[in-house]
Amino acid sequence: MTEQEKIRVEHLYFWYAKSKEPALKDINISIYEKRVTALIGPSGCGKTTLLRCFNRMHDLYPENRYEGKILLDGENILDKDYDLIKLRTKVGMVFQKPTPFPMSIFDNVAYGLKLRGITNKEELQRRVEKALRQAALWEEVKDRLNQPATGLSGGQQQRLVIARALAVEPEVLLFDEPTSALDPISTAKIEELVVQLKESVTILIVTHNMQQAARVSDYTAFMYMGELIEFDKTDIIFTSPKKKLTEDYITGKFG
Amino acid sequence: MRGLLKKYPLSDILFALISFSASFIVLSLIIATALVLYDESALAIHRFGILNFIFSAEWDPVREVFGAASSLYGTLVTTVLSLLFAIPVSIGIAIFLTEISPHILKTPIGIAVEMLAAIPSIIYGMWGLFTLAPIMANYIEPFLQKTVGKIPIIGLLFQGTPQGIDLFTASVILSIMITPFITSITRDALNLTPDIMKESAYALGATKWEVVKDVMIPYAKLGIYGGVVLALGRALGETMAVAFVLGNNHQIPISLFEAAATITVTLANEFTEADSDIYLSSLFYLALILFTLSFVVLAIAKFFLLKAERGYSR
Repeated sequence: MTEQEKIRVEHLYFWYAKSKEPALKDINISIYEKRVTALIGPSGCGKTTLLRCFNRMHDLYPENRYEGKILLDGENILDKDYDLIKLRTKVGMVFQKPTPFPMSIFDNVAYGLKLRGITNKEELQRRVEKALRQAALWEEVKDRLNQPATGLSGGQQQRLVIARALAVEPEVLLFDEPTSALDPISTAKIEELVVQLKESVTILIVTHNMQQAARVSDYTAFMYMGELIEFDKTDIIFTSPKKKLTEDYITGKFG
Repeated sequence: MRGLLKKYPLSDILFALISFSASFIVLSLIIATALVLYDESALAIHRFGILNFIFSAEWDPVREVFGAASSLYGTLVTTVLSLLFAIPVSIGIAIFLTEISPHILKTPIGIAVEMLAAIPSIIYGMWGLFTLAPIMANYIEPFLQKTVGKIPIIGLLFQGTPQGIDLFTASVILSIMITPFITSITRDALNLTPDIMKESAYALGATKWEVVKDVMIPYAKLGIYGGVVLALGRALGETMAVAFVLGNNHQIPISLFEAAATITVTLANEFTEADSDIYLSSLFYLALILFTLSFVVLAIAKFFLLKAERGYSR
């Protein structure tokens, strides 16, 4: 199995506004194309902070600062001139809680497409259906596409949000603890989906649930106190980690 | 009583009594006001009836025939127009303050808007009479006549000699007065949009404007309605600012450039002149109508704001 590098992070530092201590320290990591990479570690270790660097979510708040490089297909996305809208088309994101917009199911999925100026009804319909099918939600909602999205269950809402992100055909999908607000059955469905989706997209997933990381990911990065402690194939991290700290964490000695 | 005294210390009982009577006073004041208004207007209600009074435009103290239509018309037109002017401006300010403004500008602009609400309305009235009215008469109204005034039918609204003392000027003054209300409530409502919702839209590649339009405003909708209705209540009841620039003329003009009267202005101007019982009673009747209107409007506003709060806490 030859691995293609999709993203390379080089000496990445990150500071939140008005903080002297960096939240991320000298991160170096490769994210492989069409693989699932899990970011694990105890609360406050910087895993979500790192995830939010990949679509520059931190730019929404003033005075947050990056240093270093994140190369997406060889281009540095931290470059001041890098087009954020283009970046966020390539790199989609799913959040901790389902975030359906106050509009219909159809309009939610079509939202990103409409932002890109797609108004052709047939094309919208085709791509909404495709995205909903990819997110394994089509069968459940096909008869009520015009109803408000807030009427769906939590698990359905989260799959709707995934469909919304998929509709614009991103190359990378970021998941920020996508199942933390869901019941076990919905969680299992999302996990299944993540595994299926890697056929077409590169996936990064932050999780506080180590079993989840073990179930869905090909690679795992263990972070602690803003540093990347160890990165390797998931089975190696969970069976024979090289660092003592990683072993202590996955065996539950702290966390 | 003895049992109560054993159970609770005396100070607690006194405190409970005081706070109970304080809130009871509020309730009884409202009921008493309504009763007095009704009692004083009974004569006019008896003479002119309800619908007859509301729809009669005649207001003739000499012949002692009174109708509320001209005052009601003035009240409704100035209120609706002032909302039309104030809503877009207020929402614009609120959006600027929540999403666009750099951090250092937020506080000064926010305070400035709130200061607008603190200016006594008589000052607005004086400013309206001495500064705004001449500007309206010399520049703005002639300009409107030359432009929109040329359109058939709509042009009828802009007929006549611009004098600056008219429905249009009164509405402009009112709109300035209610802007702070709509702005601050809209700002608070927009601020309640969860960050994660905004981030989701940004993460899809939405621009600031798209996030505001598609996520924040739909989210804040109920709160904005509440603010608008509160402002409406304020505009209905405003007296001094309007009295200076409206001209107190009991007529129902088609043109906005004509003097008119509102309920409040009629009351303020005519109580001292009311020399007969039926005249006085008719004025109280007008007051009762205004009281009812404001009460209904406030109830609607409360309904929206409560619903909005519940919506967010979910």
